[in-house]
Amino acid sequence: MSATLPLPLPAAAAPAQPSRSYWTVVWRQLRRDPMAMASAAVLLLIVGAAVFAPWLAPADPYKASMIKRLLPIGSPGFLLGTDELGRDLLSRLMHGGRLSLLMGVVPVLAAFGIGTTIGLLAGYVGGRVNMAIMRVLDIFYAFPSVLLAVAISGALGPGMSNSLIALTLVFVPQVVRVAESVTTQVRQLDYIEAARMSGAGAFSIIRTHVLGNVLGPVFVYATGLLSVSMILASGLSFLGLGVKPPEPEWGLMLNTLRSAIYSNPWVAALPGVLIFVTSIAFNLLADSVRSAMDIRK
Amino acid sequence: MNAALAPTPAPHDMGGPAQPLLIVRDLKKHFPVRSSPLDRERKFVHAVDGVNFSVPKGKTLGIVGESGCGKSTTARLVARLMPADAGELIFDGEGVEEFRGLRLKEFRRNLQMVFQDSFASLNPRLTIAETIAYGPRVHGIARADHQARELLDRVGLDPSHFAGRYPHELSGGQRQRVNIARALAFDPRLVILDEAVAALDKSVQAQVLNLLQELKAERQLTYLFISHDLHVVHYLSDYVMVMYLGQVIESGPVERIYGHPAHPYTRALLSAVPSMDPEHRTQASPLAGDPPNPINPPSGCRFRDRCPHAHAVCASATPALRDMGRHSEHLAACHLNDPASGHPEAHQEQRP
Ligand SMILES: Nc1ncnc2c1ncn2[C@@H]1O[C@H](COP(=O)(O)OP(=O)(O)O)[C@@H](O)[C@H]1O
Ligand SMILES: [Mg+2]
Repeated sequence: MSATLPLPLPAAAAPAQPSRSYWTVVWRQLRRDPMAMASAAVLLLIVGAAVFAPWLAPADPYKASMIKRLLPIGSPGFLLGTDELGRDLLSRLMHGGRLSLLMGVVPVLAAFGIGTTIGLLAGYVGGRVNMAIMRVLDIFYAFPSVLLAVAISGALGPGMSNSLIALTLVFVPQVVRVAESVTTQVRQLDYIEAARMSGAGAFSIIRTHVLGNVLGPVFVYATGLLSVSMILASGLSFLGLGVKPPEPEWGLMLNTLRSAIYSNPWVAALPGVLIFVTSIAFNLLADSVRSAMDIRK
Repeated sequence: MNAALAPTPAPHDMGGPAQPLLIVRDLKKHFPVRSSPLDRERKFVHAVDGVNFSVPKGKTLGIVGESGCGKSTTARLVARLMPADAGELIFDGEGVEEFRGLRLKEFRRNLQMVFQDSFASLNPRLTIAETIAYGPRVHGIARADHQARELLDRVGLDPSHFAGRYPHELSGGQRQRVNIARALAFDPRLVILDEAVAALDKSVQAQVLNLLQELKAERQLTYLFISHDLHVVHYLSDYVMVMYLGQVIESGPVERIYGHPAHPYTRALLSAVPSMDPEHRTQASPLAGDPPNPINPPSGCRFRDRCPHAHAVCASATPALRDMGRHSEHLAACHLNDPASGHPEAHQEQRP
């Protein structure tokens, strides 16, 4: 009778290739993607420069000098010139990256945690609970992110922690929406039904079968938000709602250098260029991660 | 032996060998649909509309019918994966979830399901062994891993090669073997196979069907085998039930149904299948068009607007399932088979 069955592969051939988990496959895919590697390298450079700024920066970012104001790029001793108060721009950009990146990343992380929890609940429970949660969040969703960020930040008052809260509140509804729709999809998959057939409880099913499969897509979506968050955070600082001077921060620097836009446009544009490059790099990396994670081919 | 290894087996054959393993009575499920958010009127898809059947112990009941006729919904209702609007399940003589009957947990342990989509049936983040061991582990069964490896071996997958692998590394046939192994982990008595081999290549399909036959004999399983492939149903089933638009229109022993189909719909289905024997190949396929809208099923006989024998009586009276012989177990719901129905083409004497 067993002749009708295909013979199991011979044991000797078994360890031919080690078994590859989902994340191993995703990682391999990413490593083969030049765009992913390039944007990761750029980000690593920017993050590294920011994190190690206190040790790497050539000068004190707060040290002003009335005679050395607005030196052009390439001036001796000031590689990227100086700002409107004569402070070394390279050092300020490196130090500024600390706050700018922090304000870009923290709200997304917070929204990822809060939003995934709410979305998972709404999606798994479904029905009226889902309806209630989603309709409330729709109110937030109806406004453009920029408007919402400025409005909440304005209402809470200026300051860094308030802008972090404002940005988190902007992103939570978006993350909830994605988490909810992914959970709703996953919940209907046959392996969830199979788990229910085994008599497992809701908590065990969520932990073992739902969470792992929802986190991935939501994570990808959240990485896409990093660039938006960077720009919004800088925008808030630019408007005076975020970090206060003399703290170095890219958005705020862009504002204070505004006056030099005609006399020394290249120097004035540098913080903006960094915001742009960082945000693009986040975006490209997010795109690559998204396509690498789609392995059902 | 570890006492926890096997879940305390339900005493087999509670109701004796003659007691059907599963009796389904008047099962109903209507899904609400709303064509637009402004639509005030509540409409319903009559997915399963008063289905009755029973499955004898150790036998296979094949359920056939066009896509959308309610086969999967019937399966899900039987598995209690969704609540039924109405109906009764009797498992080996005991009502499920009734006063002094079988609790849902016990019932579920006795029943497992294998789905069509072998990939969607497996959690992509778990290894094959983890997937099979998940259920037993949730119930605190020690040696769940060991048992998972034994089951893999039984379904023809070398555990040393496959246990640590992920679903995307397997072929469709191998994944379906894993799904079968998982279904067996609780030593179930009834296995529902919903289009379980439909997505597989013909040769792989044959291997998996062989495996199912072996397992059935070896473990005294009873199958509810859902398929739209009439050849496969013929091969595997002892009894066949034909569904049309949420209702059973014919049922009986497989050779009766395939040899002497009594309902025009069954005849159309069977003639639409190319026969393996070229001598018997019919040219015409009388089954034209799509099934009518399940939201507003036709009055009387639901098949009438596609039926070559339709008559006024088919619109005015709903045909009931009638025995086609004396206690032949062959039932069909068609006015043609009822001399008293008033249908002009109705057989005046009982068919042999
Ligand atoms: N969850 C659901 N919500 C609404 N309608 C459904 C749902 N599941 C199935 N249906 C409808 O019920 C009918 C029967 O579906 P199904 O049982 O899947 O048929 P089959 O398995 O025979 O192809 C179809 O018309 C289908 O659209
Ligand atoms: Mg189906």
